[in-house]
Amino acid sequence: MADISMTSDPKTIATDATTEPVRRTRFAALRQTDLWHSFTNHPSAVFAVCLLALVALTALLAPVITPQDPYDLASLVLWNAEIPPIWNAEGQWPYLLGTDTQGRDILSAILYGSRISLVIGFASVIVALAVGLSLGLIAGYVGGWVDNVIMRIGDVLLSMPFILIAILITAVATASLPAGLKDVLAAPILIIAIAVPSWVQYARTVRASAMVERKKEYVMAARLIRVKPWRIMLHHILPNCLTPILVAATLNFGLAILSEATLSFLGVGMPPDQPSLGTLIRIGNQYLFSGLWWIVVFPAVQLCLIVLSVNMIGDWLRDALNPKLR
Amino acid sequence: MLAFLIKRTANAVFVMLAVALLAFVIFRFFGDPVEMMVNEQATQSDRAELRERLGLNDSFATQYGRFVVNAVQGDFGISYRNQQDVMVLIGERFPATFELVLVATVISLVVGIPLGVITAVHHKSRLANLLQLGSIIGVSLPSFVVGILLILAFSVSLGWLPAFGRGETVDIGWWSTGLLTPSGRAALVLPAISLSTFQITLVMRLVRAEMLETLRADYVKFARARGVPRGRINWVHALRNCLMPVITLTGMQIGNLIAFALVTETVFQWPGMGLLFIQAVTFVDIPVMAAYLLLVSFIFVALNTLVDVTYAWVDPRLRDDSVKAGGANG
Amino acid sequence: MTIRHLLLASVAVAGLAGGAEAQNVLKWGANRDIGSLDPYSYGDSFTINVLNHVYEGLVRYNADLEIEPALAESWEILEDQVTWRFILREGVTFHNGNPFTAKDVVASLERVSHETSPLKGNLPAYVSSEAVDERTVDITLNGTYPLLLNDLTNIHIFDQEWMEENDSLLPTDIGAGTEGYATYNANGTGPFIVESRQPDAKTTFVVNPDWWDEPQHNLDRIELTPVSSAATRVAALLSGEINFTNDAPVQDLPRLAAAPNVEVLEGVDLRTVMIGFPFRDTLSTGEPNPFKDKAVREALYKAIDLELIHEKVMRGKSRVAGATVAPPIPGYAEELDTVPEFDPEAARTLLEEAGVPEGLEFEFNCLSDGLVNEEQFCQAIAAMWSRIGLAPQLDVAPRAVQTPKRTGGTTDVYTLGWATLPMLDAYSPLLQIFHSKEGNSGVFNWGGWSFPELDALIQEAGQELDTETRLALETEALGIVKEEIIMIPLHQQPMAWAVTDEVTEMPLFPDNKPRLWFARVGSEG
Repeated sequence: MADISMTSDPKTIATDATTEPVRRTRFAALRQTDLWHSFTNHPSAVFAVCLLALVALTALLAPVITPQDPYDLASLVLWNAEIPPIWNAEGQWPYLLGTDTQGRDILSAILYGSRISLVIGFASVIVALAVGLSLGLIAGYVGGWVDNVIMRIGDVLLSMPFILIAILITAVATASLPAGLKDVLAAPILIIAIAVPSWVQYARTVRASAMVERKKEYVMAARLIRVKPWRIMLHHILPNCLTPILVAATLNFGLAILSEATLSFLGVGMPPDQPSLGTLIRIGNQYLFSGLWWIVVFPAVQLCLIVLSVNMIGDWLRDALNPKLR
Repeated sequence: MLAFLIKRTANAVFVMLAVALLAFVIFRFFGDPVEMMVNEQATQSDRAELRERLGLNDSFATQYGRFVVNAVQGDFGISYRNQQDVMVLIGERFPATFELVLVATVISLVVGIPLGVITAVHHKSRLANLLQLGSIIGVSLPSFVVGILLILAFSVSLGWLPAFGRGETVDIGWWSTGLLTPSGRAALVLPAISLSTFQITLVMRLVRAEMLETLRADYVKFARARGVPRGRINWVHALRNCLMPVITLTGMQIGNLIAFALVTETVFQWPGMGLLFIQAVTFVDIPVMAAYLLLVSFIFVALNTLVDVTYAWVDPRLRDDSVKAGGANG
Repeated sequence: MTIRHLLLASVAVAGLAGGAEAQNVLKWGANRDIGSLDPYSYGDSFTINVLNHVYEGLVRYNADLEIEPALAESWEILEDQVTWRFILREGVTFHNGNPFTAKDVVASLERVSHETSPLKGNLPAYVSSEAVDERTVDITLNGTYPLLLNDLTNIHIFDQEWMEENDSLLPTDIGAGTEGYATYNANGTGPFIVESRQPDAKTTFVVNPDWWDEPQHNLDRIELTPVSSAATRVAALLSGEINFTNDAPVQDLPRLAAAPNVEVLEGVDLRTVMIGFPFRDTLSTGEPNPFKDKAVREALYKAIDLELIHEKVMRGKSRVAGATVAPPIPGYAEELDTVPEFDPEAARTLLEEAGVPEGLEFEFNCLSDGLVNEEQFCQAIAAMWSRIGLAPQLDVAPRAVQTPKRTGGTTDVYTLGWATLPMLDAYSPLLQIFHSKEGNSGVFNWGGWSFPELDALIQEAGQELDTETRLALETEALGIVKEEIIMIPLHQQPMAWAVTDEVTEMPLFPDNKPRLWFARVGSEG
């Protein structure tokens, strides 16, 4: 879905929001911007930001606020298995949302699971951004065979469906790892699996921009006075394409969380003893008909809320930063 | 034009060779095929002999060459798990996936286009905002969650539609279709809806964006000025102008849908290629994994190349090697 | 063929499909597919069980799990004590119309015991066979051996001519890179004929009108559909898309039993679930292996709350086991079926005395597609072990991934379920699991243990023709297994089938093997 947002030429999107020269305090400056104005006029965006902040905060504070560490096997007591949510007659304190079949507190599992989902989503976007921006800049600035090699690799990656690459990477990696390392490396593998197919998009955007900019006189001039190439790239080329990249990165953040959940649901993601939201849904799915609805419903709701809020923010950003739609 | 055609084809061939290399590396280096084939009693010399017979001791380049030559002829060897010819296995499953993707695509167009037009025309109305919100929810719901909810509602609670499988199928030549029997059609409903939710929102958003742009175009203003009815302008003249990008997107998304169908197929136990692939992944059935990867990539690359060539044929300006937006995120 | 013809053909097929509705169809939703149509290509009980509807052995188990004649009418042991003579049934034909004769038996036995056959371990004592005449076969063994008939129940008989025509006299050689003909074609003598097969999607069987036995079933067709997701299987049963499953998830039994159109058939399986220990010098981490010390094995045993697992994970449907074989299995003795007291404190003390370091890491290898609720009981046991100061690394993955690690000895502690099938005798686990690994013995001795005294007892039992003496020897051997805690028995797992009200008769067998030639479907269905 991100390609739609990317079809517009990066040059046509104004970056006034980030460059407007207003002094005074930073916050006051922010309040003067169109971006802020647009934000306060979009209740859905405000709602989404608040929701995401709440999710992130509770996930971050999970070790402090949850009654149980769901990853510590020794803390799971089978006697406490399958307790329904607290408002049910058989509910028990402190298991607000009930427990699963191992005696794992669902609320704790959701908060820890959200943490994994958010971290994997965020980290994979950062990795993809870092790889995509640097390779794109190099390709666009250096050109020639370097450009060719980088972009061909990108072509190959884009010629395979996203989900397929991610499944192959995780499946192959987990199958060839010893059990001891599997638990430790599960999250890094997922981060890489999701980042690998998604860096190309950033690389293409920044490369296009770099190819235009490097022919401009100021870059020529900078070169003549021997400004280091990386300075030119970082200070002149990169800022020009930040806006579309920001939008794409936000939307890809949502997509990355969804991908992680999908992989875990398919059984090639996070293992059952350190469940992400997708793993919780996969496990809960087995109990859909046994009356243990809370095992699958709460993680599913949380997952949908996270992705929804990220997508709402991304959508709003895209509209707000695209002058054509204003 | 000919030069462009050759260039694009060469590009596609290069990409396929690279994908084949990737498939081959997976094939060859992860999960020792010998370990997968022998039974528990096999001795060390049995293994060595099998290794030699399979040609696993040849050089890397020789093995890769053999893999490509075999792959071009559709020979991916024998599935470790089913002990059947991989191409036959995939061929048997292809109709199921194709019909699912086809119906999902039709649903996405039939539902997505009108919704897109409405949101664009009544831009800023309450209905449009509601639909916009709906479309964001649509892209945010994981398709497996949608599938589970559909099963819960329509199979378990209401008992209206089947929860798994394809129902009765009819063979027409080598193609087995579920479209000709009532149970086959009933079985198709829930998976197709679940697969199309994402695609509907995609089409809807694209149509909306294109329509908004078109509605500002001069000829629309002229038409309005001349007193052409609004409905006719919106639904005939303007919409016609937006259809080309929609068709392009749909064409390019088919490859993605085939791949994404594997999630839907897992939830609904739909006996298509995707389910075969997921089972191959859990059983480390590498010939099947490699063949599926190559086949789906081939469809993907072929469609993209076709779209590029068609576009270049329609609009000569594009024959220049310009930046094109990729479409690999599903 | 013109399009018109195509349409006509499809209408004709659709018409046929419509006609099929009126037949007696058993729609069987299994939790997995059969591996192949060739029973010898895949050493897997489920595949062999399903294919038993198509292929038959010389003898078979009756409804009470006693051996009765099938393709052989009678048999005797000749004077040399190592040759068995079988007189074959007359008038039996294969599905392709070929008559069943002695040379079919010889060719089948040669095929199953061939070097490359994955099932050669199922006929361990076989040396050679000879067709004396059309209806007489002599089978020569490597010594006196009491359990040949038990073995033969699951050695399916192929048609020699058919195998010859289709180049299938030898087991399918996967290394040759070609499909085996018998992998997707079948020609047996059994009550049902394979009509079509789509791997992982659907396999259909139609009734064999020329079956030699008097059919007790009234089925016209069997449709076997693998539905691997437990939830989907339950949904399909509730909505009537399938009318039989041999694997109703235990957690869904209350819901199924409450449904007006579904009946649940429950029992306890013969399969004993066990945990095995490594006996190598080092663990997978490279550290010295403490499990060679019996006290450590005892500590792990005492740390498992078997009752709790029975109650919560198995929902009270399993049978807590103290012995490594189930009560109905010959060789079982009640005095072996005792469980040590659950005592984590004592377990901790034992570990301390044995000098096991706090937080000892070891792999705990479980299957995601193996035993009933395996993922859950493995997690529960891992939690119990971590509470006595150990750090088990739970490794849950599909069988195909785990088996190489288990057989290769690259993992540590593991699960194993053993039903003694098809032998239905304690000799089966003794020979295949507890005996030292040598030749055909100890194939499943993944921990690599060796107890010479135990081996001697097992070998003695394997040559004893007097049943009573043999069973006493087997019981004595099982006693050593228990004394040494070679493996920890957990429970006999629950067995639950479910049928809709379309199915009027479906006998449940303790070996968990559906025998659909005893099933009946209501004719109005």
